[in-house]
Amino acid sequence: MVGIIGYGTQIPRYRIKVEEIAKVWGADAAALSNGLNLFEKSVPAPDEDTATLAVSAAKNALARAGIDPKLIGAVYVGSESHPYAVKPTGTIVSEALGICPYVHTADLEFACKAGTEGMFIALHLVKTGVMECALAIGADTSQGAPGDALEYSASAGAAAFIMGTKNIVAELVDTQCYMTDTPDFWRRENAHYPEHGGRFTGKPAYQKHVFGAVKAILEKTGMKPKDFDYLVFHQPNGKFPVQAAKQLGFTEAQYRYGLLTPTLGNTYSGSSPIGLAATLDEAGSDQLILLVSYGSGAGSDAFVFRTTKHLLKIQNLAPRVRKQLNKHLTYLEYGEYAKFRGKILKPE
Amino acid sequence: MNVPRHWRETPERYRMEAVKCRKCGKISFPARLICPECKNKVFDKINLSGKGKLLTYTIIRTAPEGFEDVAPYAVGIVEMEEGVRVMGQITDCDLLSLKTGDKLISKFRRMNEEGKTGLIMYSYKFVPDIGI
Repeated sequence: MVGIIGYGTQIPRYRIKVEEIAKVWGADAAALSNGLNLFEKSVPAPDEDTATLAVSAAKNALARAGIDPKLIGAVYVGSESHPYAVKPTGTIVSEALGICPYVHTADLEFACKAGTEGMFIALHLVKTGVMECALAIGADTSQGAPGDALEYSASAGAAAFIMGTKNIVAELVDTQCYMTDTPDFWRRENAHYPEHGGRFTGKPAYQKHVFGAVKAILEKTGMKPKDFDYLVFHQPNGKFPVQAAKQLGFTEAQYRYGLLTPTLGNTYSGSSPIGLAATLDEAGSDQLILLVSYGSGAGSDAFVFRTTKHLLKIQNLAPRVRKQLNKHLTYLEYGEYAKFRGKILKPE
Repeated sequence: MNVPRHWRETPERYRMEAVKCRKCGKISFPARLICPECKNKVFDKINLSGKGKLLTYTIIRTAPEGFEDVAPYAVGIVEMEEGVRVMGQITDCDLLSLKTGDKLISKFRRMNEEGKTGLIMYSYKFVPDIGI
């Protein structure tokens, strides 16, 4: 038996509202918010990046797992905003957590799916018995080009999961991936901001892959939408996952804990993993959770987890997602946000 | 700060690694080779919990080179749970409501960078301990 033995998140405390961004670009904030089910997003502090968020999330995961960090045999950090183009984030994170030197690390990148890529690898490494525990982190401090639709949603956050075989809080039931080469979103080397295919990011990209992964894992496991207590989809905005859930036969009660985008924004590699953490915060024992990520380029990873009694013992050992999301917030004006995100050009 | 020095200081900067004297139990942070209390040279490594109390602080408004963009910011002396006193930057806080005695907790943050193409230096900073 393999599964999650500890989980943790970190969400920056800074926020910017959709209307504050819309005001600068002359956009219709109400139409944007209503159309995308998106009202505000998290903004990283100037001294936060993917590595720092990953470390904080992983420390919370370690607090819940209650294990010696040296038991972790692999650290995978999935992100599209690694601090360096060349120099691993995984070594920074492993060193800060006290896991070095006997550890395998890799930085993963697959747009918004990089976090669940790490989870997939970590779960299967532990399952095969190669190592006792493995750590997978999805973290991002994503940037949208000024005035672009993505600027309203691209946000920051991280979720970390420690996989193991003892004291499991969510047992892995099954996994299924669905991939094709689909050019819906990309960022070329040295480009500061990504480009995307606008409406093309909907049906042929997000929907096709999420639907593909869901249908495949339902068929593989013989389960039906109503069998699941909870559902977490990747959430690039608040509209796509709700539409997809309804079309696939799921209900609001199933995604109510995992849908965070309306006030968090799209944390990219952290998106569905933070949604899973928020669901684990509220779940009881012996409940089924369906997690489906989506990464542009494109693909989806689907996971079925069954919670255990042990989950109830560790939920309060680290800050819950809703607390990080809703408490002690500092709202920024666009000028402060532009400074925080390095959008202001200064002489070198 | 140059790259080798930053690398040498990784244990204390990344995970607040301290040493505890095997003879008298005094904790030193950063690590020392000789105990300042009893001159013993044998230590055990420990990581500070990161929790502490603000003893005193100042607000930097005219920042040194490399820190201009984050001014104004607070720098304080924090008495850690383990008894040692550590100086560090206090971030993610309202400067006007900061006061001595505040409970703080360390976080792993970016300290500085050597320009846009150089090394990014990470270290501990302190934030108000508000459970998030």
